[in-house]
Amino acid sequence: MAEIVLDKVSKRYPDGALAVQEVDLEIADGEFVILVGPSGCGKSTTLNMIAGLEDITEGELRIGGQRVNEKAPKDRDIAMVFQSYALYPHMTVKENMAFPLRLAKVDNATVERKVREAAEILDLSQHLDRKPSNLSGGQRQRVAMGRAIVRSPKAFLMDEPLSNLDAKLRVQMRTSVSRLQKQLGTTTVYVTHDQTEAMTLGDRVVVMRGGVVQQIGAPQFLYDHPANLFVAGFIGSPSMNFVPATLENGSLRSVLGDCTLTDRVRQLLEGADAPREVIMGIRPEHFEDAALLDASALASGGRFTSQVDVLESMGSDKYAYFTLTGEQAASAELQELAADAGSDDVPGDGISLVTRLSSASGAVEGASADIWFDTDKVQLFDPSTGRNLTYTER
Amino acid sequence: MAGIGGAETTGKKVGWGLLNAVVVIYALFPVLWIVSLSFKSSKTLADGNFIPREWSLENYKNIFSTTEFTRALINSIGIALIATAIAVVFGTMAAYAIARLDFPGKNLLVGVSLLIAMFPQVSLVSPLFEIERSLGLFDTWPGLILPYITFALPLAIYTLSAFFREIPWELEKAAKMDGATPGQAFRRVIAPLAAPGVFTTAILVFIFCWNDFLFAISLTSTEQSRTVPVALSFFTGSSQFEDPAGSIAAAAVVITIPIILFVLFFQRRIVAGLTSGAVKG
Ligand SMILES: Nc1ncnc2c1ncn2[C@@H]1O[C@H](COP(=O)(O)OP(=O)(O)O)[C@@H](O)[C@H]1O
Ligand SMILES: [Mg+2]
Repeated sequence: MAEIVLDKVSKRYPDGALAVQEVDLEIADGEFVILVGPSGCGKSTTLNMIAGLEDITEGELRIGGQRVNEKAPKDRDIAMVFQSYALYPHMTVKENMAFPLRLAKVDNATVERKVREAAEILDLSQHLDRKPSNLSGGQRQRVAMGRAIVRSPKAFLMDEPLSNLDAKLRVQMRTSVSRLQKQLGTTTVYVTHDQTEAMTLGDRVVVMRGGVVQQIGAPQFLYDHPANLFVAGFIGSPSMNFVPATLENGSLRSVLGDCTLTDRVRQLLEGADAPREVIMGIRPEHFEDAALLDASALASGGRFTSQVDVLESMGSDKYAYFTLTGEQAASAELQELAADAGSDDVPGDGISLVTRLSSASGAVEGASADIWFDTDKVQLFDPSTGRNLTYTER
Repeated sequence: MAGIGGAETTGKKVGWGLLNAVVVIYALFPVLWIVSLSFKSSKTLADGNFIPREWSLENYKNIFSTTEFTRALINSIGIALIATAIAVVFGTMAAYAIARLDFPGKNLLVGVSLLIAMFPQVSLVSPLFEIERSLGLFDTWPGLILPYITFALPLAIYTLSAFFREIPWELEKAAKMDGATPGQAFRRVIAPLAAPGVFTTAILVFIFCWNDFLFAISLTSTEQSRTVPVALSFFTGSSQFEDPAGSIAAAAVVITIPIILFVLFFQRRIVAGLTSGAVKG
């Protein structure tokens, strides 16, 4: 067990591509850190540099206080779980899990005991003599985990370990990965492109974009206080709504109508040197059916009326989708997010809005609805830099 | 497959069985004819009977009675085994590098090696003859082993690199992470997975060396290094008027045996689909 420190670590591939740029990250002993971002943002490269599978072009990597840039993977004492599992097909489950111990020249009795323990934890005891090709996806995944945990390494590295499982199994395995990590208390770096996994698994989440770290923080903190448009749009499902807006002495003008900013937001803006044209971001849960609120609540927020495109009732609450006429919020970050979600080629006429209303709402598909939103929860972004103008540490 | 088999009608099965039988008989008939010839006595050799009227081991006794054949057999086995071993070892290393590494001129290397394999061997015979004469390699084992390796190596590299490409790269990374040195990763993970490819290649190369006639007849002159295919062509009857066909048939049967043994021995190791289950698929 050890802490892992990345000190201005960069990676330039031989073909000149700068895959990772000056990553600064301190991972405490026993911490569960998630690297998240759209595909191609340099997550795997970062993980491989920690593993020693890729050379570090610049910067320093320290494990347990020691510089390890020049050390071979085998001398770093860390285990890795691959997206493809990378099980040795010619070995049985038992031999697969015992392989790291055999290489470390551990005596037979200990190997036997450790493999048995790991198999017990991972519920693989009855499959020990089978070959990987005869196992289901979930079982293979567990063997890969088993191979990592048998030798009690300093740290675990996992590169999208659940992405090859079907949705249901993924949720199930997510819980067991989390439980296993708590149980073993081993420092873990986990790579995923799935923001749900990032939100649910980690102690801290590192959001990356194009090889650059965007923000590091606890999942809830990133959700509540995204540093920029990219983090705001990436974290959360359904994602934050973005609407172009104009700031005019204390009030905000947009297709959602004019609304007065609360004191809290205004104070934050004052220190931020905000431009006139901004992008307003509101999470779906900060909308409500105006018919359900009393006058005092209504007075403290913004309001708009529009026709409900689609209404999805989830039982506990209702999702109402709207399309408002107007220009979509435009920024490089949002474009990239749309591309990653595969929605960049969906013809977008107007601004689409997702709102989460309480289940008591009487909104009807196709009919007009009167919607309120909480102006205190509004986040404002600079369209040119993507910076969150209302960012605060608290 | 089992499900499909179960659904097949008896008629279909009979049809397939017949077709298989035809193919097998067509392929094996000349072989059986040779075997039959080899067991005929010199008197009944030309009688045209498929099953010998009187069985005799006369021909086998004949070929083993002189050193002409036994010496050639030893030469053939020795030369083919050595050439195969060297070609497979170097082929494995080269193919591994080609499959795994990106180095300048890689495609050129593969192209050139294929070009060598396609080069008409007959055009190389006279230059080789001259070279080996001046180097003192003419009519020696190395004199045959070297050209065999030259032509077997491209074949080996080509077959083996196809096998290596099938082995997921990540297995090697996984081995490294599990604490293996590059050598250990190769020996304990890559080599066992490449084994079917290595054995297949070994069989192909061995057969190529074993059957070669062109180089063997041009680059040898005495029993000292003459291989079996050449020795066969020098067979004569014990008298000028005797037909050597019986002896040739017996020798042909004998030289087929090592190949069959070689294939059977290695075939058990050629397990198809050994890499399945390594990665998600
Ligand atoms: N071996 C390589 N050579 C050159 N470029 C690479 C190599 N591997 C990855 N890259 C590039 O580096 C960037 C980051 O890749 P990667 O770390 O695999 O992303 P992620 O895991 O986040 O999807 C990508 O733009 C990719 O094209
Ligand atoms: Mg990746």
